[in-house]
Amino acid sequence: MKIAIAAQGDHLDAEVDSHFGRCAFFIIYDTETKAFKAIKNPNVTAQSGAGINSVTLIEREGVKKILAGNFGPKAERTLSSSDIEIVRDVAGTVKDAIQLVTK
Amino acid sequence: MIVSIASGKGGTGKTMVAVSFALSLIGVVPKEIQLLDCDVEEPNARLFIQSLDAQKKTVTVPVPVIDASLCNLCGRCAEVCVYNAIAVTQKKALVFPELCKSCGACSYLCPQKAITEKEKKVGSVEEAKGSGIALVSGKLEIGEIDAVSVIKAVKKRVDPQKINVIDSPPGTSCPVLETLQESDFCILVTEPTPFGLNDLKLAVETLRKLQIPFGVIINRCDLGSDCVEAYCEQESISVLLKIPFKREIANAYSRGIPFVEVAPEYRKRFQTVFQNIVKELP
Repeated sequence: MKIAIAAQGDHLDAEVDSHFGRCAFFIIYDTETKAFKAIKNPNVTAQSGAGINSVTLIEREGVKKILAGNFGPKAERTLSSSDIEIVRDVAGTVKDAIQLVTK
Repeated sequence: MIVSIASGKGGTGKTMVAVSFALSLIGVVPKEIQLLDCDVEEPNARLFIQSLDAQKKTVTVPVPVIDASLCNLCGRCAEVCVYNAIAVTQKKALVFPELCKSCGACSYLCPQKAITEKEKKVGSVEEAKGSGIALVSGKLEIGEIDAVSVIKAVKKRVDPQKINVIDSPPGTSCPVLETLQESDFCILVTEPTPFGLNDLKLAVETLRKLQIPFGVIINRCDLGSDCVEAYCEQESISVLLKIPFKREIANAYSRGIPFVEVAPEYRKRFQTVFQNIVKELP
């Protein structure tokens, strides 16, 4: 299963971002192969609709779960119309976040 | 003729000046006076004008509605929406009306013809008659951000046969530009403080870009420093009037009494300001 983590950096030791829509990077992690890649979030400086576009971006990656500190109302509305599960109140490093899902 | 009252900084006394300026012209100018409140996020000019027969009209804008039975989730609408007001996930197309700027691109370009438009209320325009003055007030609906559409609706009531005094929103953003366009003259109200000066400079820059002639009224002129006057002199900007900081003015204002009613000597001064404006116009 592929999961996405809203992160402040492009590596597994980066901190999880408290805000989904405008996080610096999305870490896409495959729980089976343990491979990951980082996608720079193009929506960081969007005037509006950052959350909405961030959802469609990770959806295209085939992600089934998204982890972040919190989600904006529009991001949440968009996520609820997708098959992606929201995991909120996540803090610490990306590694810690992965542990949450895989343990 | 359109004279707008604007300011870079908020809270400098735009409404106070707009109301008193408009009231001072009643009976001395051979034209009808109309006050238009374009500060639609905080329309308070009407608190100072005793009015009768207010007529309220709704302001609406078109927003898209997607027919799910026709939509094939191709995503073209979300792609063309520069305001990100549409999201198309793998299951559903979603509209966020609060982000929509009613450009119509989505409904025009939808290959499935699945998008129609419905009207959404964004505000209202109230027209009222006071004694010797007509008042038009725009009001943005709570939770809406499309001030520009409401301002446009207010400005439709501009009557070239009348003297139109426009109370602008503060700042230099889109609603302000929408308000000030087509003005024959703009009065910038400021205060002699570092904040007042900084934001006055931004407003001056804006008006020069818009090529609208302007002058400055310094409110609470006896507070702060002479920084604003020095700037105006250096930039050859005319200071049209100076209003001192007075307890009775503030007191009357807080009770909804126009400032020229407690300081009637200012009627003449506002009339002189008007004459000077007329002289400056081509």
